[in-house]
Amino acid sequence: MAQSREKRKLKQHIIEEWTGKVFTSLCIVLLVVTIFSLVYFVATKGFSSFIKNGISLGEIFGGTKWKPEGEPPLFGALPFIIGSFSTSILAAIIAAPLSICAALFMVEIMPKIGRKYLQPAIELLAGIPSVVYGFVGLSVIVPFYRDIFPGQGLGIAAGASVLSIMILPTMTSIATDALAALPPGLKEGSYALGATRWQTLARTVIPTTLPALMTGVVLGMARAFGEALAVQMVIGNAPHIPKSLFESASTLTSAITLSMGNTVMGSVQNNVLWTLALILMLMTFVFVFIVRFLERRANR
Amino acid sequence: MSAKTADKIATAVIIFFAGIIVLIMAGLLGFILVRGIGHISFDFLTSPPETIKKGGGIGPQLFNSLFLLVLTMLITVPLGLGAGIYMSEYAKPGKVTDFIRLIVEVLSSFPSIVVGLFGLLVFVNVFGFGFSLFSGALALTVFNLPLMVRITEQGMQSVPQAQKEASLALGLSKWKTIKSIMLPIALPIILTGTILAAGRVFGEAAALLFTAGMSSPRLDFSDWNPLSPMSPLNPFRPAETLAVHIWKINSEGLAPDAPEIAAGASAVLILMVLLFNLLARWIGRLLHKKFTATK
Amino acid sequence: MKKSLMLVMALILTFTLAACGQGNKTNNSATGNNAGTNSSANGGNDKASELSGSILAVGSSALQPLVDQASKSFMDKNPKVSIQVQGGGSGTGLTQVSGGQADIGNSDVFAEEKLEAGPAGELVDHQVAVVAMAAVVNPDVNIDNLTKDQLVQIFTGKITNWKDAGGPDQAIQIVNRPSSSGTRATFEKYALGTKTEDLAGAIQEDSSGTVKKLVGETPGAIGYLALSYLDDSVKTLKYEGVDATEENVANGTYPVWAYEHMYTKGEPNEVVKAFLDYMASEEVQNGDVVELGYIPASKMQVKRDVDGNITK
Repeated sequence: MAQSREKRKLKQHIIEEWTGKVFTSLCIVLLVVTIFSLVYFVATKGFSSFIKNGISLGEIFGGTKWKPEGEPPLFGALPFIIGSFSTSILAAIIAAPLSICAALFMVEIMPKIGRKYLQPAIELLAGIPSVVYGFVGLSVIVPFYRDIFPGQGLGIAAGASVLSIMILPTMTSIATDALAALPPGLKEGSYALGATRWQTLARTVIPTTLPALMTGVVLGMARAFGEALAVQMVIGNAPHIPKSLFESASTLTSAITLSMGNTVMGSVQNNVLWTLALILMLMTFVFVFIVRFLERRANR
Repeated sequence: MSAKTADKIATAVIIFFAGIIVLIMAGLLGFILVRGIGHISFDFLTSPPETIKKGGGIGPQLFNSLFLLVLTMLITVPLGLGAGIYMSEYAKPGKVTDFIRLIVEVLSSFPSIVVGLFGLLVFVNVFGFGFSLFSGALALTVFNLPLMVRITEQGMQSVPQAQKEASLALGLSKWKTIKSIMLPIALPIILTGTILAAGRVFGEAAALLFTAGMSSPRLDFSDWNPLSPMSPLNPFRPAETLAVHIWKINSEGLAPDAPEIAAGASAVLILMVLLFNLLARWIGRLLHKKFTATK
Repeated sequence: MKKSLMLVMALILTFTLAACGQGNKTNNSATGNNAGTNSSANGGNDKASELSGSILAVGSSALQPLVDQASKSFMDKNPKVSIQVQGGGSGTGLTQVSGGQADIGNSDVFAEEKLEAGPAGELVDHQVAVVAMAAVVNPDVNIDNLTKDQLVQIFTGKITNWKDAGGPDQAIQIVNRPSSSGTRATFEKYALGTKTEDLAGAIQEDSSGTVKKLVGETPGAIGYLALSYLDDSVKTLKYEGVDATEENVANGTYPVWAYEHMYTKGEPNEVVKAFLDYMASEEVQNGDVVELGYIPASKMQVKRDVDGNITK
């Protein structure tokens, strides 16, 4: 009697153990399968322009002329690649000092006010949909640039301005975490030696947290690189390498959103858009790789 | 320049920049709300949009957004919890676990437009779900899943080791320990994170353009049979969410009051996100109090 | 454990309730509207209510409002038919109708211009309306007519200042469409007569709303819009001295127009055919079509084939 109950209990125990294990393993398998199929589908579609349509790698990455409907069609994606990089780098340059200052303010200078007002404000920025950013950019930033700079206001400068606000939250929250995780002994040691706050920040705090701060900057750049709608609305979308920051330009994402719906799946014009998506995806890998590298530096 | 002056200048600069952020933020919110809030009325929130006449509302779009949110969360939460628990409790440290972690990180930084295109290719065309709420929910799941996994992992790791070991020592199975001991403790963190992730679903447009579609067929709100094509609960109907609607009226709107509708809808969207943020904070605090018995 | 579970349940419940509450509010007013339209529609319609089925129409965002509007009144007449109208662009529409995912593919261009000859041959064309386009400029540009030659020179970058086209001394800013756009294809084919390259510095926008906004705000800007989008924020130009009006398009004197196509794969089934017939009926052609700023296909005194040959 007692033995069989014991046995039943054991059996129940084992069943329970297995359901848990099987359920969670299934979830993780599904996650992995999703990612692999995502990469697989985008990659096969992206490569088809090389394989099926015989466009050379050199043309995509080296060509500066984008004329998909031309005679003969030309698919030089270099303007988009340059546009994407310059927009996201410029956005990171604008946002990095702002976000690091905000993080310093919240952690070092006025933690109370910072946590109470600045942090919720920044979190809210993260929640504003990109469509709304684009809309505000088109109605405020573009006319502003049009009035004070030569050109039409649309362009890399407008795109980068909108993006810099969008990536502020990502950068700030990572910088804040990094600063808060710093062992207090380090700072106290510096203060004890008679250093002022700025000396402590500039010579101790920032150098030690630099890899972590850079992680935030790279992640912000990654987000800027992949943002589509807000950028498309303010950048002007001319498939050329612009001569100035206030001249209409294009990014990888804006080229995709602009033409994806107008082209027929399976046609050359459509396949090259998937190639652009593939480039976006590969860049994501590169960004993650850089972040990993920085994190390893930070942990050392 | 003495160290003290440098310190003062630096502090001033930092405060100045922090102030700029607050100003940007206030300007942005003010701009959207001032332009939009006057247009919000009960009628605006409930009536269907008009193509060319004045006075269209955003009723179906608002419903779609909320419904899509519920659908997405129904898929994301169990999957994310499961995967997160696996990562923090079952995965053995090693190459495979490292690889999975890398994969989750990659997935979380995928541009939403790539996810949307993948959804268009696979969910819409290959699986044949068409432009539908379901395709949209799946696409949103793809990019919310890594966030959910990370949140769950964080939550589980916040559980004191001693509590977990005590439970295991009492002879409870590992799954039971996770379910009954660890999950409740991790709940405040998980829930707060989930609500914030939900806010993200609300504002997403790029991925939905290609999956959930841009049209809102007329809904019959008296028909609650999920299988009927006109029922609002049918997950296989195309649906335009609020964020997509803003995109659409900004770009193709024919109605004479399109700018006002866009402004009003933007304000509604912002208010919803604000609500989500406050809710997340409030629930987090409430649960924290409840489970830690601190006052 | 029990307690926490209850708490989670309670939270989920509140969530769903909140969502439902929102839905319910929408619910009431919407049903009210429906009831009204249904009863009025049923009054004038007794025999056609036998049709049932569902139709999915996908494609051109320029045609979407019209199909959407017409589908609503069609559904009022045939309560058992459900029609879903999707945007997504002409390319998407042709892809989906040719792949069998959609019943109707809406397109701004002839299928032959986008698809290979094989799949395009399987599609049956139904021309439901005509859309005309006009060049528009910023209101501060004081000209009201451009010849074909001037337009070509502007859009190919040979004229870069308005003073060379009889206007003020001001740089010309082009607001174009992406090269994949059907609107641009039409404009180039019938207004310019030549394909143009994307010029450096030219703005490209796919959506008419954004084009209108940018032309209206940017000094010296020129672009082109479908007639339905024209209003006071931009200045409409004559083409070769001809006004962009419905009569001029219908009698063939104003050439910048294109058909709006609804493609089916093979001959349509009964329900789809009924809907397409309804689209071609006087009721829609003189009602929704005109109201939304298109030109009824039935009014056209000239016809055009895929190569642009015009017949009376």
